[in-house]
Amino acid sequence: MLDNLTQRLAKVVKTLRGQTRLTEDNIQDMLREVRMALLEADVALPVIKDFIARVKDKAVGQEVIGSLSPGQALVGVVHRELTELMGGQASSLNLATQPPAVILMAGLQGAGKTTTTGKLGKWLRDRQKKKILTVSCDVYRPAAIEQLKTVSAQAGVDFFPSAVGQKPLDIALAALDYARKHYHDVLLVDTAGRLAIDEAMMAEVRELHTALKPVETLFIVDAMLGQDAVKTAKAFAETLPLTGVILTKLDGDARGGAALSVRQVTGKPLKYAGVGEKLGGLEEFHPERMASRILGMGDILGLVEEAHRNVDQEKAQQLVKKMKSGKGFDLNDFKEQIGQMRKMGGIASLLDKLPAQFGQMAQQAGGAVDDKAIRRIEGVINSMTPGERAKPELIKASRKRRIATGAGVQVQEVNRLLNQFEQTQKVMKQFSKGGMAKMMRGMKGMLPGMR
Amino acid sequence: MFGFLKKKDETTVPEEKKPSWAERLKAGLAKTRAQLGGQLTGLFRRAKIDDELLEELESTLLMADCGVDATQWLLDELKARVKQHKLETPEQLRLMLIELLTGLLKPLEQPLDISTHRPFVIMIAGVNGAGKTTSIGKLAKHFQSQGRSVLLAAGDTFRAAAREQLAEWGRRSDVTVIAQELGDPAAVIFDAIAAAKARGIDIVLADTAGRLPTQLNLMEEIAKVRRVIQKAEPSGPHEVILVLDANIGQNAIAQVKAFDKTAGVTGLVVTKLDGTAKGGVLAAIARQCPKPIRYIGVGEGIDDLQPFRAAEFVEALFEQ
Repeated sequence: MLDNLTQRLAKVVKTLRGQTRLTEDNIQDMLREVRMALLEADVALPVIKDFIARVKDKAVGQEVIGSLSPGQALVGVVHRELTELMGGQASSLNLATQPPAVILMAGLQGAGKTTTTGKLGKWLRDRQKKKILTVSCDVYRPAAIEQLKTVSAQAGVDFFPSAVGQKPLDIALAALDYARKHYHDVLLVDTAGRLAIDEAMMAEVRELHTALKPVETLFIVDAMLGQDAVKTAKAFAETLPLTGVILTKLDGDARGGAALSVRQVTGKPLKYAGVGEKLGGLEEFHPERMASRILGMGDILGLVEEAHRNVDQEKAQQLVKKMKSGKGFDLNDFKEQIGQMRKMGGIASLLDKLPAQFGQMAQQAGGAVDDKAIRRIEGVINSMTPGERAKPELIKASRKRRIATGAGVQVQEVNRLLNQFEQTQKVMKQFSKGGMAKMMRGMKGMLPGMR
Repeated sequence: MFGFLKKKDETTVPEEKKPSWAERLKAGLAKTRAQLGGQLTGLFRRAKIDDELLEELESTLLMADCGVDATQWLLDELKARVKQHKLETPEQLRLMLIELLTGLLKPLEQPLDISTHRPFVIMIAGVNGAGKTTSIGKLAKHFQSQGRSVLLAAGDTFRAAAREQLAEWGRRSDVTVIAQELGDPAAVIFDAIAAAKARGIDIVLADTAGRLPTQLNLMEEIAKVRRVIQKAEPSGPHEVILVLDANIGQNAIAQVKAFDKTAGVTGLVVTKLDGTAKGGVLAAIARQCPKPIRYIGVGEGIDDLQPFRAAEFVEALFEQ
């Protein structure tokens, strides 16, 4: 993972410990680090220059409060400014018009327009109970129309068929006509991906816009976009009166600096964020979380959400029951927990999501907290019979030898696992007695190698 | 500024009028040059080498997506050489930068040799929307024009209509596409390799669904696809190509690393270089995770996929 901005600043500010105020002089070096961090996050350079000037304005003269270091104080300012820049206006779609409300989708090739069209259709249908019609004006890419048709069927919205030989404008007008006659509330118009420098294609989308008079013209942007985001966004904003931006592929590990670039250049609100390829993967845009992400400050909320997505609710319920009863927590459950941890991408990726300080702390605390150790534990448990897993107290010397051979480890490893398990069980018992504080202390023993 | 020379209907240009490779690359990269080169040329018209010039150079490189690391390296090297060779004029600096960039990218210039195995199994991977299927369409045509027989495997069983998209490419260049109604990508590709052996086909191009490196189950799936290919053809896959979108920023490096870890990337195809995006990301890749760049996509036409040549690439960027 890239260095967290706070840490980078920490290196710079060693010299200015004890200064109580951010001044023009003492933040110069720090601002350079901010610039680097933003560059690494793919925020476009011209946008960074503006942004830095803004931050400088706000930061100079700020008191360094309480136990904060100047670096931390500056990060606070940066974070606040980022959030403010990306947030602001109300982000929901404005569909208040005489139906059908037309929504036009535009963007580069491969930005995710068609998938997002499907997601948006599903969102509007499920949450706002709208009657939706989708239509594809992409007569260029092979099977693009077919793709929207399938996606629409999956989203449970109506689809207006079009064919490759037709003109995009004719298709759009026919769809509008159809939507009017069949009382659709919303018409989603998917267009072909186009490069901003492609005059003919840009003229085409402008023509579409003029003819359709959409209430919303959404610019679909890949969160991974690099420095070029500025130019692309500018070109699209000049061609089309955009009303909003949707950021896609946010479930990747890109820092998403493009969000800031696009927001700055177009001046339009970021309305939604696309995550995952499933049609449910559309979320409202959270400027604060995006700011943390761009700065590499960890995404705790994202982590919680991921846990929610990946952990099997029913199994978790069962486990809670078992924990409450204080008994019956056996090695099967232990293994289950490990399995769920793995589903979330293993310990390494969990640590990655934590803010860098915590992540480093955890790593220092237990150099051995790695996925290999976890896999080994799983292997040992797999070498036990179901009976042994349910009743670990059965496991005596000869069984231990057998298990160790089976898992290809030393007997000590088996012992260690059994010890850890015993500790966990103890924690569970404490938990059932309601001693949360005690449990937190007990937790330390749960992970291998963590003291 | 020469971007409009690259017409939409390039595919219909008759064979004999085909511009040379270099010309077309230049046309395709015109925007890149207008951006990077244009600014640079302006820069180098200054009277002498000073800090301001270097700073502007830094901005330009950064804005070309070179990334902090590669930019820093290029500048440091450049400064060192300015001292060493006692360079004085910006023009000398320009030549030196060309030399540096070419030197950096040269090791990545390794054309794909498809004659080592038969069938030569090429697996294509990449994130969503990088241009995998389109690149396969172009590659099929490219190999066909070299007199090889090609077979496509529709391994993207996830995305809606991905199969139809590949089938359409197959129809356009008259290539067989092996696809299944539903099912496991590895199984489709296994079948395709078996079919290629039975029919004596030269090259198998295996498509896979787009995936982000954070989707661990999907990354595991692609590792499985690789294993299954090995089962069908013990010497394969002979090439694992990662398709990268040139518009993508520093995440490209993370992508190369992640896909390399799970699928063992042996080559890159960089697409959409005909936009305003620059080749800068290639410099970053050359610095941090060098992989041979097999082809670059410089246009939408079916034969706008070109082998990567460092010298010409850099020259096209800096041409005045």
